[in-house]
Amino acid sequence: MSRTISEKILNGDAGEIVEREVDYVMVNDVTGVPAFEALEEIGTPPILEKIVVIEDHYVPNKDIASAMQAKRLRDYVRKYNIKHYYPVEKGGVCHQLMIEEGFAAPGRLIIGADSHTCSYGALGAFATGVGSTEAGAAMASGEIWFRVPGTQKITVEGTLPKFVMGKDIILTLIGDIGVDGSLYAAHEFYGSAIRALNLSDRITISNMAIEAGGKAGIIPPDDKVFSYLDNRVIGSYKPVYADEGAQYADTFEYDAGSLVPMVAKPFLPSNTSPASELGGTAVDQAYLGSCTNGRIEDLRVAAQILKGRRVHRDTRMIVVPATRDVYMRALDEGLIKAFIEAGAYISGQTCGACLGGYMGVLAEGERCVSSTNRNFIGRMGHKDSEVYLASPATVAASAVTGHITDPNDLD
Amino acid sequence: MAKFKGRVWRFGDNVDTDQIIPAEYLTTGNPAELAEHAFAKVRPNFPSEVRKGDIIVGGCNFGSGSSREHAPRALMGAGISCVVAGSFARIFYRNSINIGLPLIQCVVDVEDGAVLEVDTDNGIILDADSGKEYGFSPLPAFLQELFDAGGLVNYVKRKMGV
Repeated sequence: MSRTISEKILNGDAGEIVEREVDYVMVNDVTGVPAFEALEEIGTPPILEKIVVIEDHYVPNKDIASAMQAKRLRDYVRKYNIKHYYPVEKGGVCHQLMIEEGFAAPGRLIIGADSHTCSYGALGAFATGVGSTEAGAAMASGEIWFRVPGTQKITVEGTLPKFVMGKDIILTLIGDIGVDGSLYAAHEFYGSAIRALNLSDRITISNMAIEAGGKAGIIPPDDKVFSYLDNRVIGSYKPVYADEGAQYADTFEYDAGSLVPMVAKPFLPSNTSPASELGGTAVDQAYLGSCTNGRIEDLRVAAQILKGRRVHRDTRMIVVPATRDVYMRALDEGLIKAFIEAGAYISGQTCGACLGGYMGVLAEGERCVSSTNRNFIGRMGHKDSEVYLASPATVAASAVTGHITDPNDLD
Repeated sequence: MAKFKGRVWRFGDNVDTDQIIPAEYLTTGNPAELAEHAFAKVRPNFPSEVRKGDIIVGGCNFGSGSSREHAPRALMGAGISCVVAGSFARIFYRNSINIGLPLIQCVVDVEDGAVLEVDTDNGIILDADSGKEYGFSPLPAFLQELFDAGGLVNYVKRKMGV
């Protein structure tokens, strides 16, 4: 029978519950400790080659409680001699690091105790977020149960207008189908506009599958993926493509030329409007970073817009390179200097304020335009603060004007 | 397989895990400690007023967002006996089944403070005040087996023979 990419990687039919061996299981400093506790409760040795531990959420330690938690995680890392371990100074935001370090590759089955694990679908992996207990169980047994998802096929044909990024594609889709429009389902993306995207923009699209309730956001791998993985990937991999005649639960088609810079207003990623319609919305903070949009390509776009301009006097801009590698490249390319000269603040690599952790938490009544993935109530701080999700281009343009701005409308 | 009777805490659609347990409290996995901050931003009276056996009723897409298992842990720590919702976000669904928080997928029209009787053996929810009954489907067989084993840890131990 003809199968989708998800059905082929999971080797089952949509709706079926299967138990499958995973290639990797990733945990971070928030989800890692409960995972190791589950592992110890099971009581068998961990399967070391499958385990990746990455500190990113509350490191460098933000307070005593997070310091204690990170210390417990490091104690487990030493106890079991975890070889794929990345302290924050060597790593950064877990999903970008999983890709940079060559864990994510076409055809692989990867789980992570973080919901944005679906990011690796941009390289043709079936990757999905799980909880801590099941991450710990997978450390012990190497496998986990899945309900094989049905698949929604999304096709974007044509050429994207200037300053329309991967973020705008996925926000448009989520705005159309809703935050539960892909509940239990996987995405597969096709079309000339998707093929033309760089890997970074594709990762943004896959990253936000979960914001539609999706299980995976998969883009069929091509030469851009293969060349990225050259001299990077750990081990070998085998690309998986959908069969001719595979059954899709839904199909959605978009004309790339009709897409515009999009913003998701509080308090759902589906609450979208074109950036050009939100000009009256002043912002206290502009945040550029996260697994969604903290890559070098994102920083380049923002720096280009800020060139010769300054961050508005009533707005603070915070730039958080996703990983050490992104930070180093930004240094080499002069982007860090450009951001600082434009009036932005630069943080080291961390998940930071994306989830209201630290390094840019919002006060009561404050509003942030952010390149991150969630704008839930209180997501970045006070319950009466607001987050507007947007692309790096829109974040940079808004930082300049002090209100939400379509980058095409800058003077 | 169980019966629950409890007072309802009524929520709407798309209750995300940031609402259930805000990220600033994710420095412990202990259910009782997490319960002290459950719904801190959206229903600050919840931790002090919740009683053992209470039932949460949500709309669609309950538990959306983050993978934090701290969300069902916080609800278990608060003594919630089960969550009834029109639909559940997938990671919250997995986490709850894996750690033993009963979830019932069913659209129920009740207000805050109503009393529900949930019979998972027969798939019936009774609104004790109005007498109205709602039917629901049991878990898929595999997930029921996992739940009945006492959760994922016990299931895996049994499967691995440890």
